[in-house]
Amino acid sequence: MSAANSSKTPLSFQDLILTLHAYWSDKGCAILQPYDEQVGAGTLHPATVLRALGPKPWNAAYVQPSRRPSDGRYGENPNRLQHYYQYQVILKPNPPDMQALYLGSLAAIGLDPTLHDIRFVEDDWENPTVGAWGLGWEVWCDGMEVSQYTYFQQVGGLDVDPVAGELTYGLERLAMYVQGVDNVYDLRFNNAGVSYGDIFLENERQFSEANFHAYDVEVLKRQFEDMERQVPRFLAMTGPQGQQLVLPAYDHVLKASHLFNLMDARGAIAVAERQSYIGRIRDLCKMCAEAWLKQQTAA
Amino acid sequence: MPQLLLELFSEEIPARMQVQAARDLERMARERLAEAGFLPEGVKAFAGPRRLTLVADGLAPAQSDRKEERKGPRANAPDQAIEGFLRSTGLTRDQLVEKDGVYFAYIEKTGRPTTEIVAEMVDQIVRGFPWPKSMKWGMGSLRWVRPLQRILCTFDGEIVPFDIDGIQSGDLSEGHRFMGPRQAFRARTFEQYAAGLEAGFVVLDVEERKQRIGHEARTLCQARNLELVEDDGLLDEVSGLSEWPTPILGDMDPAFLDLPPEVIRTSMRTHQKYFAVRDPATGKLAPHFLTVANIEAIDGGAAIAAGNARVLSARLNDARFFWDEDRKVSLESRLEKLKGVTFHAKLGTMYQRVERIETLARAIAPLVGADAGLAAKAARLAKADLGTGMVGEFPELQGLMGGYYARAEGVEDAVADAVRDHYRPQGPSDAVPSAPVSVAVALADKLDTLIGFFAVDEKPTGSKDPYALRRAALGVIRIVLEGGLRVPLNQVMPEAVAKDLGSFFADRLKVLLRDQGKRHDLVDAVFALGDDDLVRIVDRVDAIDGFLKTEDGANLLAGYRRAANILRAEEKKGPLPTGPASIMEGAPAEEQALLVSLRVAQPELEMEVRDERFSDALDTLASLRAPVDAFFDKVLVNADDAAVRDNRLRLLAQVRDAMGLVADFSLIAG
Repeated sequence: MSAANSSKTPLSFQDLILTLHAYWSDKGCAILQPYDEQVGAGTLHPATVLRALGPKPWNAAYVQPSRRPSDGRYGENPNRLQHYYQYQVILKPNPPDMQALYLGSLAAIGLDPTLHDIRFVEDDWENPTVGAWGLGWEVWCDGMEVSQYTYFQQVGGLDVDPVAGELTYGLERLAMYVQGVDNVYDLRFNNAGVSYGDIFLENERQFSEANFHAYDVEVLKRQFEDMERQVPRFLAMTGPQGQQLVLPAYDHVLKASHLFNLMDARGAIAVAERQSYIGRIRDLCKMCAEAWLKQQTAA
Repeated sequence: MPQLLLELFSEEIPARMQVQAARDLERMARERLAEAGFLPEGVKAFAGPRRLTLVADGLAPAQSDRKEERKGPRANAPDQAIEGFLRSTGLTRDQLVEKDGVYFAYIEKTGRPTTEIVAEMVDQIVRGFPWPKSMKWGMGSLRWVRPLQRILCTFDGEIVPFDIDGIQSGDLSEGHRFMGPRQAFRARTFEQYAAGLEAGFVVLDVEERKQRIGHEARTLCQARNLELVEDDGLLDEVSGLSEWPTPILGDMDPAFLDLPPEVIRTSMRTHQKYFAVRDPATGKLAPHFLTVANIEAIDGGAAIAAGNARVLSARLNDARFFWDEDRKVSLESRLEKLKGVTFHAKLGTMYQRVERIETLARAIAPLVGADAGLAAKAARLAKADLGTGMVGEFPELQGLMGGYYARAEGVEDAVADAVRDHYRPQGPSDAVPSAPVSVAVALADKLDTLIGFFAVDEKPTGSKDPYALRRAALGVIRIVLEGGLRVPLNQVMPEAVAKDLGSFFADRLKVLLRDQGKRHDLVDAVFALGDDDLVRIVDRVDAIDGFLKTEDGANLLAGYRRAANILRAEEKKGPLPTGPASIMEGAPAEEQALLVSLRVAQPELEMEVRDERFSDALDTLASLRAPVDAFFDKVLVNADDAAVRDNRLRLLAQVRDAMGLVADFSLIAG
């Protein structure tokens, strides 16, 4: 028996996404596409990290493929992947009924709160590489974390004012729950016989090997430093209206961040170096956040 | 008398903060009501997942009228100052009262309506609430633990009107998020409020939530001939996670029972907040779990039980993966990994720490009756589990997992036990290890921590003790005392830190003895002798404590003080005469008697102290009480004849020194 309403066939992976899109579109969100850089989490999409800052209202939802190189398990672990999808919603300022809106989205994908135990369990979110933190919860459904719910307080070390509310759904985990499947590769991707494994199993095998053994550490290190230098370089340049080139600069922060994750997976970061790398990325992110906020408040 | 009802309704408050929040709310309300001159008959606060509630009974409808006295300038002060005072009080000069050349104003204050006071009080409470962490939300500037949604505030059946950062007070509350009517209800008295919550599936009082959980959980277990594994910490937490706590018993795949029970329980508790369940016949874990849901589900909880069972299976599968993988690599070979783990910037790597613990354990072993080779081996393996997957996932299983892995490798039981138990005692209620090898490693572990941090001057200050050194010292003391172990601490502490660390131990011992209801000043009196054997120190303290409670003891202490005072006074004038007193011709009988008593007592005392027969030693001291009293009663120390005086001073010094064999009585407080 599946966890969701048993009278209907539970949603396929892609229908889950389409349902969330329809739901949040209906609530006034701009439905964006994934950002075309490799990122570790949906939060890092400029639509969240940068747009959370500044006075302008902003409501958006999107799927973001997320890469965590050291989480690769060669396709052999039923719920760990080095590449997976997050569904991300950002609402600024957070509406007063944001919890109700969120619960509505769960109902839309078939999680009935009179049948399932849905709870908000304290979880203070923090992402040191982008100097961000907020207060909120892990949302549990029958003991499983199905979302992260955060009221952003700071990004890039800057106060988020007005406060932006962020929702992150782990799509694979949510789909496994809705479909009643114990192995991510067994998920029905669509209703035409394609499984998640058909699409991603080989991907996991090859990238796990690459992440753990194949990337050239020297090259990664060099690229990291190159990217690091590009950030201030772009921030020193101006566009046609005299604005700093914040958005291109931020792309390089993302690249640096991913390179760091790759070096980490390769075991090339000594314990003592770790904090210093994280601090370097945070500084880059902070530079972009400050420049962005300046543009937002000036405009 | 009228009643005040306040509810601060918010999004989910972290479970761990709720109990303190109720206390803070009650305290703040009491303080502010008292400041305003109210004497409520009862003030009670409640906290739950979405609300803080306060009810205060017996408040007068208004403050009583008060006369306020304000001190003004001197009567001869410049006019300017006096006019300023008149302005600030709203009085005229002839209304001031002059007392001793100073003006006083007496201002009649009409008592304000209670509602005004309450409105101000709530504003102050909300803006000044001591949440451990708070946040802003939306466009607002208010801070609360999570968004504050609504404030219900009524007094004497009427809404107390106010507005805090856009939140308008009212008389609405609401019940459970998912159960019941799911719409707001009106409440203007606590009675209406409680009824509304009950109809709305909310248990307001945390104690009631706990009872409900405990009762239903036990009933569910009994029905299936099972027994709940009680866990008060977990109960505290889950009672803050649901407004309508509903225990549900779920099934676990029995195949997981081959995992260590601590792993299953820890996975259940930390990841899932489940209670474990055992078979009362065997006392072993049963293949079930108990979760506390927030709803009574429409299907009786079947979907919730099934969903939770699947999550638990995934968790235990992870644990099994670690259990299997970890055992493929020997503990010894994991030591290499510790070379890359920093213990503390000034104290090197974890590997270096292991080497130090090994050396210490080897040195301590013969003192506690352990085999030095086994102690060294256990010390070497003690920290190896830090590199395992299981301890990475569940840090609280450190030591325990090492013990399992060591046993699986076939090392001696004494070694595996020592690896398992070397962190103990981990709290005041935790037992201390008693097997010799375990004791040696447990002491070495704690002493290395203490010696290391003292050597780099990272000592605890005030309330700051980031490396838990107080706990480590207390652990050493408890292991030694409870095991009756004779460990000369100075022999295992490097000289550089021995003094500081010694007095740190003395302080911890004082705290321990104070908690046991013993006199802590006696510790100072005994430590002053330079003893470093905790068992002997405590024996002495016990004996002295008993002695001072007797009449002989109290009197002898008084005699000791008198002798010490005289000697101190004489010392200021010049060096004291040395050598033993003698029996002088024509000396009073009392002087001779005291000297004879001392001659008898001195060798006995020395023997008794050497044999650590401290109660006997104090009995011997008690035999001096009568001669000392008689001496002071009849003999004048400060005789005109210098030779006589010197002899009497020698006698007093002998009394002092004899008593000094047992303790430094000058450090005992009156």
